[in-house]
Amino acid sequence: MSTDVRPDPVDAVAPEPLSDHTKHPGRFGNRLFSGISLASGILILATLVAVAAFLLREALPAITSSTQDIADFTRGLSLGQYIAPLVFGTVLAAIIALVIAVPLSIAIALFIAHYAPKRLAGPVAYAIDLLAAIPSVVYGLWGFYWLVPLVGPFFDWVSTTFSFIPLLADYAPPAKNITSAAVVLAVMVLPIVTAVSREVFLQTPRLHIEASLALGATRWEVARMAILPFGRSGVISASMLGLGRALGETMAVLMILAPFAKGSSFFSWHILQSAQHQTIAANIAQQIREAHGLSVSVLIASGLALFAITLVVNMIARWIVSRRAAFSGAN
Amino acid sequence: MAVQTQSPTGPTPTPTDAAPSFATTASGRRRKRTNTIMAVVVTVAFLIALIPLISLLVEVVVRGGKMISWDFLTTDMAGVFGDMTTGGVEHAILGTLQITALATLISAPIGLLAAIYLVEYGTGRLAKTLTFFVDVMTGIPSIVAGLFAVALFALLVGPAYRSGLMAAVALSVLMIPVVVRSCEEMLRLVPNELREAAYALGVPKWLTIIKVVLRTSLAGIVTSIVLAIARVIGETAPLLLTVGIVTTVNTNMLDGRVATLPVFAYSQYAQDSQGVGADRAWGAALVLIVMIMLLNLVARFISRRFSIAEK
Amino acid sequence: MGNEVKQSIRRGTYAILAASTALVLAACGSSASSGDSGGSDSTAGGGESAASGDLSGNLAGAGASSQAKAQEGWVAGFTEANPDVTVTYDPVGSGGGREQFLAGGTLFAGTDSNFNDDELASGTERCAGGEVVELPVYISPIAVVYNLPDAGVEHIQLDADTLAKVFSGAITTWDDAAIAALNPDATLPATKITVVNRSDDSGTTKNFTDYLGQTAPDVWTYEADDAWPIASVQSGDGTSGMIATVGAAVGAIGYADASQAGDLGTVAVQVGEDFVGPDADAAAKGLDASPLTDDATDLRITYKIDRTTTEAGAYPLILVSYLAGCSTYDSASDAANVAAYFTYVTSEEGQARAAEPSVAGSAPISDDLRTKIDAAIAQIKGA
Repeated sequence: MSTDVRPDPVDAVAPEPLSDHTKHPGRFGNRLFSGISLASGILILATLVAVAAFLLREALPAITSSTQDIADFTRGLSLGQYIAPLVFGTVLAAIIALVIAVPLSIAIALFIAHYAPKRLAGPVAYAIDLLAAIPSVVYGLWGFYWLVPLVGPFFDWVSTTFSFIPLLADYAPPAKNITSAAVVLAVMVLPIVTAVSREVFLQTPRLHIEASLALGATRWEVARMAILPFGRSGVISASMLGLGRALGETMAVLMILAPFAKGSSFFSWHILQSAQHQTIAANIAQQIREAHGLSVSVLIASGLALFAITLVVNMIARWIVSRRAAFSGAN
Repeated sequence: MAVQTQSPTGPTPTPTDAAPSFATTASGRRRKRTNTIMAVVVTVAFLIALIPLISLLVEVVVRGGKMISWDFLTTDMAGVFGDMTTGGVEHAILGTLQITALATLISAPIGLLAAIYLVEYGTGRLAKTLTFFVDVMTGIPSIVAGLFAVALFALLVGPAYRSGLMAAVALSVLMIPVVVRSCEEMLRLVPNELREAAYALGVPKWLTIIKVVLRTSLAGIVTSIVLAIARVIGETAPLLLTVGIVTTVNTNMLDGRVATLPVFAYSQYAQDSQGVGADRAWGAALVLIVMIMLLNLVARFISRRFSIAEK
Repeated sequence: MGNEVKQSIRRGTYAILAASTALVLAACGSSASSGDSGGSDSTAGGGESAASGDLSGNLAGAGASSQAKAQEGWVAGFTEANPDVTVTYDPVGSGGGREQFLAGGTLFAGTDSNFNDDELASGTERCAGGEVVELPVYISPIAVVYNLPDAGVEHIQLDADTLAKVFSGAITTWDDAAIAALNPDATLPATKITVVNRSDDSGTTKNFTDYLGQTAPDVWTYEADDAWPIASVQSGDGTSGMIATVGAAVGAIGYADASQAGDLGTVAVQVGEDFVGPDADAAAKGLDASPLTDDATDLRITYKIDRTTTEAGAYPLILVSYLAGCSTYDSASDAANVAAYFTYVTSEEGQARAAEPSVAGSAPISDDLRTKIDAAIAQIKGA
């Protein structure tokens, strides 16, 4: 799982002078082979462009048609009014998931990188990585059959005890609310955030750690003064990567969250109340079953919005990582 | 606390958990206490993370395990309706294998060649751009990949067209960046001395890549691809949009819906979440997880058995 | 825009295809006669379907998910008698089913709502100059289900106003005076009522909201709609999700196909002076007590369900789902297959199969209705 932080690619390329040598024998083979591999690289970039282009092309009928034309499907809302609450639900679910997952991930990464004995660190890291190997539909089953009944009574207690806080008010059983969905999302992003944070923590320069130790720092003080400051930007980009994953997750939300209805208030902060939110991805998966014609276009337009959001989030995350990688190579 | 008393052989030089001389002063006691609390917090965090993992695996094994039988694995859902408890996942297993194989056929060559370009040829802006966007592509939501396939084939063939090929294209969008990144990693592990030795013998660069670089890193590349397969074999959302579900085997990847394990699990759950549908869903989930674990084991075996270090 | 243009082009292509196939068939002349066998079969009713075992080919349909379970049963039953016909039913939803059928992608459709005028117009094109056939084949009582394990009565009884008040949120607890007055024998706890609606677009929701709107117009002022029209408290995806959600919360109330209610309690609704529970006979009576729509014909037997009926023993909270086909098909063998399949579906045997609780638990159609349906099927022919 160390693939995310790596040295600058230019370092490892075969030395320039030697490639002159290849001019004579096998020139055709060289050209062909470099051409094919270059073409593959460009094909990948083209795929990314194609994803955007084809989504836009198929979303266009919905974007250009009047509210009236799509009203049957959107319940009288314009395209913007239809997508905005979905974006709100998507972001809200992802943020709740991160609020749960990031502190846990940092602690686990610290445990692996700094606290656990070496014999244990390997298996522990493996167990966390295992969470990433489980298919999302299985998380959905687990969330529905195991988690929802388990957290229900707890949510009920929280909601009745703190009913004066609007954020927590109006819980209705069963716990098919955005918080339950976000807990499952948190479990799903945990391995990503942990893996990236762990890699960054392990890169803490030995000198920093030894200097802290020389000053008589305790184990926690080393973590707080040397490891965490060094890893801060790495943790931020790890969280962004986790955010990207949580924004786009479909099945777990589809199988757990009770979505809002036509008459619901679309921007609800009641995170324990059921049937108040819906995410873009789950909405697409649910609605596309019976969609046809323009309504498919509307759904693809919402998918385009999701694509744009995740693209921006991921680009920021990768940009932070690549900037980091550039100067940490100096160590 | 166990954590505090264990002999620490961590990755860094051993920090003193609390130097005795501090214990006598007030601030020393506070520091010691904070240190202990944080050790507990960090350990507890790890234990919390284990709860979902263990409960999930137990649920899948217990609830799915009671469904697994030879019949379940070797029958499809033809003629099964209502409360009938017969029927199985044969068609879904086959469909998953077919679609994943097709996706691998598309992704592995493109991904490997792009990795070769990045390691052996790529310099300057294009390589940097490619690396950056391959990383960004790993973050494309799976449902967007599915929508892309839907949009693409709606334009090329027609809006009602559904086929295994569509699903394979959707999975490839998710799989290619994974293959590129891990193959790139593997190719970089090949020591430059090997390349230089080949050049010194007058071997052209392309032959050096094929005969020296690829051959040396073959095990790593195969491992990378197997792990990439394990990564996409459980994808559900793109398959839900592109191939849906049918009750029988469909071997034609160019036409018609195809059953797959993840969608089978979802549709059984969606149809009947309290009865036999739930059992079938858990059964399919167990089969799927076993397949993924097998792929991971195969990858581990290959990388152990044929690793560069042993050569 | 682009889509519409493409669709009209596609429709045009189908029309040309249809026209040319018709020409070819007319020129051959030989195969047209076999189309009659489908017609002659059907007049004799369901008993014939086994005799038509010499049919073969593909018979693809798509449409309403409400009749998906019944279709599974029918496909299995029909295939036993006609092993060479491959019948498929893709539950893509009523709208999608009608669209695919009109575009020529499928030979028949299942739909909860009737074809509108535009669709009927393009139906003439699709049906090689013939008409669209619509037959009520699936009658399902919708049960109002609740989770009150200790209520102590077979059905909780609710009149229309009280029911509408519960679902609109005006009545919030089970021991409300209005409920207690109607159920003197029941043990009603002070539990909060959790109203559960279907989160997906559904014919069940449309029929249920239609019922509330017609029977309690003062309380429920919303139009009948596939989507839940007011703010949602709790929801479930599909019938299964609805049942699971109601089952998971004591005090919850929802609505679902009666056959799927399982252990949940079901409400008896007020009809005239009596309270009627959701059983199959009462549902069939509910349909028979309803008038046909204004534009119904011999070929399109479409009902406007009368929710306010006072007929004794009728249960008006029902969902009726239709099979749609063509009166004329380009291919005689398609016509024969469709006619045979429709005949089987509406036969006593087919209706009994769907009525089994383990299949779909629907209400069998009455013999009266079957006679009308058979006459319609008799007109299905090859071009």
